Amino acid sequence: MKLRRLFQKRSSGNIAKDRLKILLISDRVNCSPEMMNMIKNDIAGVISRYMKIDEESMEVQITKKNSVGTSRKSPFLYVNIPILDLTSTSSGKLM
Amino acid sequence: MSEVIVVTSGKGGVGKTTTCANVGTGLAKLGKKVLLIDTDIGLRNLDVVMGLENRIVYNLVDVAEGKCRAKQAMIRDKRHPGLCLLPSAQTRDKSAVRPDQMVKLIEQLKNQFDYILLDCPAGIEQGFKNAIAGADRAFVVTTPEVSAIRDADRIIGLLEANNFEKIDLIINRLRYDMIKRGDMMSSADVVDILSIPLIGIVPDDESVVVSTNQGEPVVGSFTMAGEAYRNICHRVLGEEVPFIEFEKGFSFWTKVTGIFRRK
Repeated sequence: MKLRRLFQKRSSGNIAKDRLKILLISDRVNCSPEMMNMIKNDIAGVISRYMKIDEESMEVQITKKNSVGTSRKSPFLYVNIPILDLTSTSSGKLM
Repeated sequence: MSEVIVVTSGKGGVGKTTTCANVGTGLAKLGKKVLLIDTDIGLRNLDVVMGLENRIVYNLVDVAEGKCRAKQAMIRDKRHPGLCLLPSAQTRDKSAVRPDQMVKLIEQLKNQFDYILLDCPAGIEQGFKNAIAGADRAFVVTTPEVSAIRDADRIIGLLEANNFEKIDLIINRLRYDMIKRGDMMSSADVVDILSIPLIGIVPDDESVVVSTNQGEPVVGSFTMAGEAYRNICHRVLGEEVPFIEFEKGFSFWTKVTGIFRRK
């Protein structure tokens, strides 16, 4: 049993959780994982014009949060973009 | 002021009926007047789980169609004063009752009980619409499995679209040995994904099968599931009850239940 675990990289519980998270995003807003990927690429494209970002570990998610002043939950687009370098590709190139 | 709670899940077989029977019985044991309504027309089950199957004369459809009075169809559970069951019909289908009839029926019965629990059928069709029509609070039951959680998320969306303000989560059939190994999502994982308040965690427990065989709900007995359901009942009454971590207390619990079983 332990030997098998050595070769198994991730536990099935974590796999289930990650699969569900992606699945529910598309379920909740009726938008496919491909579309989420397109949104991700477009945002990455725009931001990388101004700064160097880590596209690999960028996260795009749709979650539900209580909107201000109400008890009802509404969908939020959550984007997490790790910045690698703030200065490298900035202003100079633009003008 | 009475509270009308619908017990729903989307997916079948996750424990809606068992939850309904145990929470209802538990509340009655705490001295509340409780009515259980089985809204699963065509596939009635709550009566057998409660052990009241031999006493059915009239059913929900008869009441909705005006063939009898609600009082005639309700079965009084002799073991627990204050507990009543309104059984479903076995030979009809979901279209036999409309949501407006359910609303009318519940309005009429509301003042006679402290709690009305509605056992919802699986699915999101007519039966689901009937069950949620008259309710003002919902319990979403799920197991820590991908399919059940996906369906629960869909149900939560539908309940929110129907203006439900109080939606609570019950996670059923947790296996702590599997969670320890990392082969099952923990209750924290499930809450994180579904992001609604948690009202109960019920461990996977053989005693539920045993009690269902006997037609006597497990709530309040010296078993893990019995204790878990009892805690849910206290939380329904508004008490703050900490969630038992069976992970830590497992050996203790098996010892405790072991003592009682040996007798």
